[in-house]
Amino acid sequence: MATAVAAPAADTDRSGTRRSRRGGEQDRSGRLFNRLAATCMTLFALIWLVPFLWALITSLRPNEEIAANPTNPWGSNWNLDAYSYAWNSSPLGWWYVNSFIISSLTVVFTVVVCSMAAFALVNLNFRGKYVLFGLILAGLMVPVEALVLPQFLEFRAIGLLGTYWAVILPSVALPVALFVFHSFIKAIPVALIEAARLDGASWWRIYSQIAMPLSRPAISAVAILTFITSWNAFLWPLLVLTQTKSQTIPVGLSSLVGGSAIQYAETMASAVLGILPLLAVFLVLQRQIAQGVANTGIK
Amino acid sequence: MTATALPAPRTGVEVGDRAATAGRPPRSENRAGWLFATPFLALYLAFLIGPVVIGLLISLFNTTTVRSGIGSWVGFSNYADVLTNADFWASMWHSALFTLLTTPILVLLPLLFAVLVSRLARGQWFYRLAFFAPYVVPSAAVCLIFAFMYTPETGLITNAFGWFGLTAPDFFGSTSGAWFAVVLLTVWWTFGFNFILYTAAIQEISEEVYEAAALDGAGPWQQIRMITVPILRPTIGLVLILQVLSSLKVFDQIYILLTGGPNYTTRPVIQYIFDTGFSAYRGGYAAAATMVYFVVLVLVSVGWFLVRRRNNSANT
Repeated sequence: MATAVAAPAADTDRSGTRRSRRGGEQDRSGRLFNRLAATCMTLFALIWLVPFLWALITSLRPNEEIAANPTNPWGSNWNLDAYSYAWNSSPLGWWYVNSFIISSLTVVFTVVVCSMAAFALVNLNFRGKYVLFGLILAGLMVPVEALVLPQFLEFRAIGLLGTYWAVILPSVALPVALFVFHSFIKAIPVALIEAARLDGASWWRIYSQIAMPLSRPAISAVAILTFITSWNAFLWPLLVLTQTKSQTIPVGLSSLVGGSAIQYAETMASAVLGILPLLAVFLVLQRQIAQGVANTGIK
Repeated sequence: MTATALPAPRTGVEVGDRAATAGRPPRSENRAGWLFATPFLALYLAFLIGPVVIGLLISLFNTTTVRSGIGSWVGFSNYADVLTNADFWASMWHSALFTLLTTPILVLLPLLFAVLVSRLARGQWFYRLAFFAPYVVPSAAVCLIFAFMYTPETGLITNAFGWFGLTAPDFFGSTSGAWFAVVLLTVWWTFGFNFILYTAAIQEISEEVYEAAALDGAGPWQQIRMITVPILRPTIGLVLILQVLSSLKVFDQIYILLTGGPNYTTRPVIQYIFDTGFSAYRGGYAAAATMVYFVVLVLVSVGWFLVRRRNNSANT
């Protein structure tokens, strides 16, 4: 997670131009190579976009036309009927609401809980700290996805099956998120915290008014990745959310796979509706990341 | 998600922090420390360590998932049953096979693409968008779209085979066709994650190294082979282990697209646990299968951790 987040951040516009100022003899072969690379990559990037476009185009065509001419997307009767049908025939609205509430609460809890623990591990000296650190480090190797069965039995025993909490609680104490905060909070100058301490600030105040504002990149990194992971989670929500109306987008959509073979447009419309929210988040996120880079550049 | 093992190699050695001066901590600080750490610790013990303990316990009983209660003690007989069950080993093999099929592609192809894209002067955002966007799409939506494109006779991919004079395999009816379908879908879907990891690492490489190489007369291909790839070796190792771990945990695509079919010939081990635990209600047995699978995954992580540490100490 740490690396994944740092990834787009390092990638600014300058990176695009910097390679091209190389001079010298090999310039011509280099330019040829780069042109070839650009052609290949553009071709592949376009291929990568095909499934999106195909789903979008299909969702806009009438079913009779798709059945008659499956691979010829050009038609004059594009319309949005499939979307209203898809919206009305399945509780998509409820799935959006559930996914949104679950993902947002997971983000809030993960950020608060993990950053508090990281703050304690960095700045506070308490007994058992190293045992705790080792325990959490070991947790990096625990494959949670493999443990759904015992987890299910545990949630049945405490009576939380079918609730939002059953989906939220297991994903909050995330060792990776803790270590992202750990490395960020550790970079805060000691003098700053000691000065605040001398001024009589409580630990809570130091955490909430010094450590957290200074870890904003870590917060947004953890928040964005937690949101994506939580929104796309499939197996665990499938197990614990059994009522159709309480399901999340991925679980609800999965029930449409292999369903009605003739309603191509409606199925693709549902897929597009399922993709839209996160794709929007992703597009916004790109800009936000560029800004984050600019801010860190000033410091 | 795939990312769980990431910072392990780096954070392992940095336990010593600024507060780690010798002596007993003041009482107020001790209390504050525990107050800050308690929410995490409680959730961590309850929902990360808890399931491991419960899984171990349940695997020794003949628990069913229909009734509450733990059932009666059966010792290690669940383990004996699991370890001699051909279906269990078949599903373990399917997860391993999926890993063997996807890992080489998903480690090498993003590396090649990231190296090439990093050399381009314009449109970096476009490549990042195209390659990374699928990663934020829910598995079910990916499967809806690909199931439509795999439709026999009318599907886009089925027809694409025809454009090259080939016959498309039976994506849903034959085992090899089903594997092809799932691997292609997975490459499209998860490619961007590794691509971004590589891109970030490439951006860290100093420009001067390339300038020096260019002055010495190194062409673009030589620069990639002699500079970029060697510097990226740690990143390649990281991507490799993350890919192996996430491929071994495959469930979504195979379950949604094929339900492990045709005739259970692609069923991964998580679906086997799912089927025995939740459809056949054999909780104790499925817990034993969970623990065996769990141990395999932990061994892979620990093995990588040890190799990594040995390499690190050899270098210094």
